[in-house]
Amino acid sequence: MKKIATFIFLVLFALPLMAQDSLMSLFDTGPKTVYAEATFKATRVVLGQSVVNPAKGNLIFVIQHHFGYVNQGIYEFFGLDQATIRLGFEYGITDWLMVGIGRSSYGKIYDGNVKIKILRQSSGKKNMPVSVNYFGSIGISTLRIEDKTIDYYFTNRLTYLNQILIARKFSPGISLQLSPSLVHRNLVETPQDDNNVWALGAGGRFKLSKHTSINAEYFYVLSSQTAAQYHNTFSIGFDVETGGHVFQLYMSNSEGIIGQNFIPGTTGDWLKGDFLIGFNITRTFVLKKPKTFEK
Amino acid sequence: MKKIIFFTFILLAAQVVSAQRYMTKTGKVSFYSDAPLEKIEAVNHQVNCAIDTHSGFFVVKILMRSFVFEKALMQEHFNEEYVESDKYPNAFFKGKITNLKEIDFSRPGTYPAVIEGEMALHGKTNKMIAKGTFTVSKEGVRVQGKFPLKIADYGISVPGAVTGKIAEVMQIRTDLFLKPLK
Repeated sequence: MKKIATFIFLVLFALPLMAQDSLMSLFDTGPKTVYAEATFKATRVVLGQSVVNPAKGNLIFVIQHHFGYVNQGIYEFFGLDQATIRLGFEYGITDWLMVGIGRSSYGKIYDGNVKIKILRQSSGKKNMPVSVNYFGSIGISTLRIEDKTIDYYFTNRLTYLNQILIARKFSPGISLQLSPSLVHRNLVETPQDDNNVWALGAGGRFKLSKHTSINAEYFYVLSSQTAAQYHNTFSIGFDVETGGHVFQLYMSNSEGIIGQNFIPGTTGDWLKGDFLIGFNITRTFVLKKPKTFEK
Repeated sequence: MKKIIFFTFILLAAQVVSAQRYMTKTGKVSFYSDAPLEKIEAVNHQVNCAIDTHSGFFVVKILMRSFVFEKALMQEHFNEEYVESDKYPNAFFKGKITNLKEIDFSRPGTYPAVIEGEMALHGKTNKMIAKGTFTVSKEGVRVQGKFPLKIADYGISVPGAVTGKIAEVMQIRTDLFLKPLK
């Protein structure tokens, strides 16, 4: 008798608790798709593009700066006397489509580019192991042609870069990316040079804290002629993010800043100490607010 | 003996029969951070909330990733660095309306409400009392409230670099329209 009474008492007592959880269970509608965000802090791993696009309506101003080779010694103040720079803008028309423009002092090249998100890494309802982007860029060299004796066409000035960026955020701290790349140059210096240069890029991000990370990147040139004459590009850097800015400070053996320059044309040899100090500074501006905040 | 069992059954049955539930999955919760250097606002339009008018239970589930900020970067930092949405995707509130008797869900009108319960956010749970109003209409119940939330209570710290940009106490506003559940 007493046992039964106790039991009943317990049931009555436990009921409210169950009810609270059963109320909560009303919200269960199966797994949701969770997309991987912020695979990298910036739109670049170091020199090469990352799978990150600016958000819709956001404009990113990019300053990319390379000094000269550090091993030139004190006379060149360890390379700081020389500088090449690229200024650029990147704009997110939608969350999956970026357009950009820029101008590099190296080769006096103007470039226009586009980055398209094809796949987004996700888990839950939809499972996608990697994010995949396409990046395409056209460069126009505006160097003066000194030799007036040859026929020179406008198209000779054009260089192209096509990349497929495949990345996975393995954990909040570790992201890796593969970047198969094709550089096409309409005009090359000698008949032996490759017009098409294939390369495979690989890079990664390793977070040190919530706001800092170590980034590294390597571009392995596959086209034999170019591979024989030039070096593969290796860059390693340190990212610091503060609010709307990302600072990327790095060392690289490449003088060129855009892919058309650094992938097929890196002359520096790390083993000989040919590396330089460079940095990227990005600042994000919100040009178009999300709908919720439109007045 | 039999009487007791019978009585209990009646009691249980009564509880089931009279239990009226209200629910929404598109409630609005926003928070506002008023710091000297920056004002930050974020809005979530996909908040789950349910009420059991018999027991007075009041539960809320918030998917943290659904908060929208004016600046996409802030949204990224919020999820990545502050509330760590990968580890703690949801915030929960489980509570009880303490002045249930004063609210008549069958008669349209505006009633002040006091809800006492526990808030779980960023892996930490704290007791909380929130005051608000219930506006009962034919269509359902509108729950509106405003309360402060101290982020340090939930293990969320503001790094030195952004001192003065993020407030220590967030002002939370809720506006939830719950419809009867059949």
